[in-house]
Amino acid sequence: MSLTDEDVNHVARLARLALTDEERRKYLGQLTRILAHIQKLTAYDTKDVPPTSHIVPLNNVWRPDEAKPFANIEGILANAPEREDTFFKVRKVIE
Amino acid sequence: MTALHDLTARDIASQVRAKKLSAVEVAKHFLSRAKSRDGALKAFLSLRETEAMAEASAVDARIAQGKDPGPLAGVPIALKDNLCLTGSRTTCASKILENFTVPYDATVIEKLRSAGAVFIGKTNMDEFAMGSSTENSAFFTTKNPWDVTRIPGGSSGGSAAAVAARLAPLALGSDTGGSIRQPAALCGVVGLKPTYGRVSRFGLIAFASSLDQIGPFAWNVGDAALLLQVISGYDPKDSTSINRPVPDYGAALKNGVKGLRVGLPKEYFIDGMDPEVERAVRAAVKTMGSLGATVTEVSLPHTDAGLSVYYVLAPSEASSNLARFDGVRFGHRSPKAKNLLEQYELSRDEGFGPEVKRRIMLGAYALSSGYYDAYYLKAQKVRTLIKRDFDDVFKKVDLLLTPTTPTPAFKAGEKSDDPLKMYLSDVFTISCNLAGIPGLSIPCGFSTEGLPLGLQILGRPFEEERVMSAAQAYESATKWVKAPPEPA
Repeated sequence: MSLTDEDVNHVARLARLALTDEERRKYLGQLTRILAHIQKLTAYDTKDVPPTSHIVPLNNVWRPDEAKPFANIEGILANAPEREDTFFKVRKVIE
Repeated sequence: MTALHDLTARDIASQVRAKKLSAVEVAKHFLSRAKSRDGALKAFLSLRETEAMAEASAVDARIAQGKDPGPLAGVPIALKDNLCLTGSRTTCASKILENFTVPYDATVIEKLRSAGAVFIGKTNMDEFAMGSSTENSAFFTTKNPWDVTRIPGGSSGGSAAAVAARLAPLALGSDTGGSIRQPAALCGVVGLKPTYGRVSRFGLIAFASSLDQIGPFAWNVGDAALLLQVISGYDPKDSTSINRPVPDYGAALKNGVKGLRVGLPKEYFIDGMDPEVERAVRAAVKTMGSLGATVTEVSLPHTDAGLSVYYVLAPSEASSNLARFDGVRFGHRSPKAKNLLEQYELSRDEGFGPEVKRRIMLGAYALSSGYYDAYYLKAQKVRTLIKRDFDDVFKKVDLLLTPTTPTPAFKAGEKSDDPLKMYLSDVFTISCNLAGIPGLSIPCGFSTEGLPLGLQILGRPFEEERVMSAAQAYESATKWVKAPPEPA
């Protein structure tokens, strides 16, 4: 199967990547080739084979819900692209 | 007298502990060596001159006060730049994190700190650990210390090159599909990917969470065992770390390979593989036989699917993990954005490099509505088949021996235009991550051009001590522990 321009645009939007036209063209070709390679998987019979999402059979690792203080708050906020006091400043979410 | 940089990490620690050497002397030596050599190699993204000297002084002070300085007292260690060390710039070799300063320590860093290690610098890597050559670093490409026209492998190429050139006795890397073992092989050092869950991933900036593990680099097996000892163990901050005791790896090194059953998976000796690689690995297998191992040919029938499974699962997990780079709390925020959506889209487009975007696109596609079953779910099912291959084969043998890489180090630029060709350089290392088992690469000879070659030893989950005791026996019986020639 091969990808279309629309597929690339759709995926770029899902991934929140504003690609340039040149990037779109490049990825169309490269992703098509990589997906063609991945098609190999269809050759394997996986009827009745359970999926492995995680190699270690762990489910629901619980811990007590306890607040623990973190001292270096300034260290976190120092990385903010924009801040006000102890808040991250973001753009208006609802216009 | 042996130069300081030719001492093992164990020798350095024991001499520092015995006050024959000071941690400050050791730190000074390695920092000045790194400063003079790294201009040509570019293994480091940042050197921590002031901080490392302060850490070394603190080790000396602990010794002067009669306190136990820890098993890595005064041993310099280089850290891949995806490991969080408080106050250090931690970039993942990406523009998007170019100015990110970490506010907390990874669990492995806490453990190393209390073991007395000295953090001398952060090493170069492929951006977000995606790549096999360091050519995907947003900043520069690291050179292979054996031939500076060639790449050191990747993604932990800076860590491998630093240890190979003896700029640090130890380094940490991370391995998602071969990112410790492949550069270890190409730089002629020892690199180990532990069993999934053996080492806490807390504070490792995530690439593919079901595959990532942190692991040691050293130029000899004994030092790798010591470093693994320090970083292993259960961590409540990583819910996928496993609560089981950590064996005494150093003591296990004496066990050798006598009586062990060793398997050669026939799928790893393929038509068209580099004849020098094959010759070196076959010779290594013979050596293991002469050391008392029983060698048999075995089969891992789903080996061929490994690369495809990996290039669905790893990009899918990455596309999800890297969604956090949105220009809100940290990292690059585009000044051009006029609204929130543009802030996401432009910040990410400007901040991520081509390979990272390629993998995010691939992963987002594999997870998208209509394709999820065909790609992601299918790959997870074939992953089960690959894991079962290993479960079956480890009923018959204790260890597997394979080449680590299909070829020795390639030239810079040779594969960088062809992503699929680059992906194929990990073909022998990927299945180990998919199955979650431990894997080690150890030098097993040189090509006619003088480039190092690597032997990969795979073991059952949580049998690192057996993998390393075989590696130790092999290392002692051969003469492949070598440093690259010093520049004139």
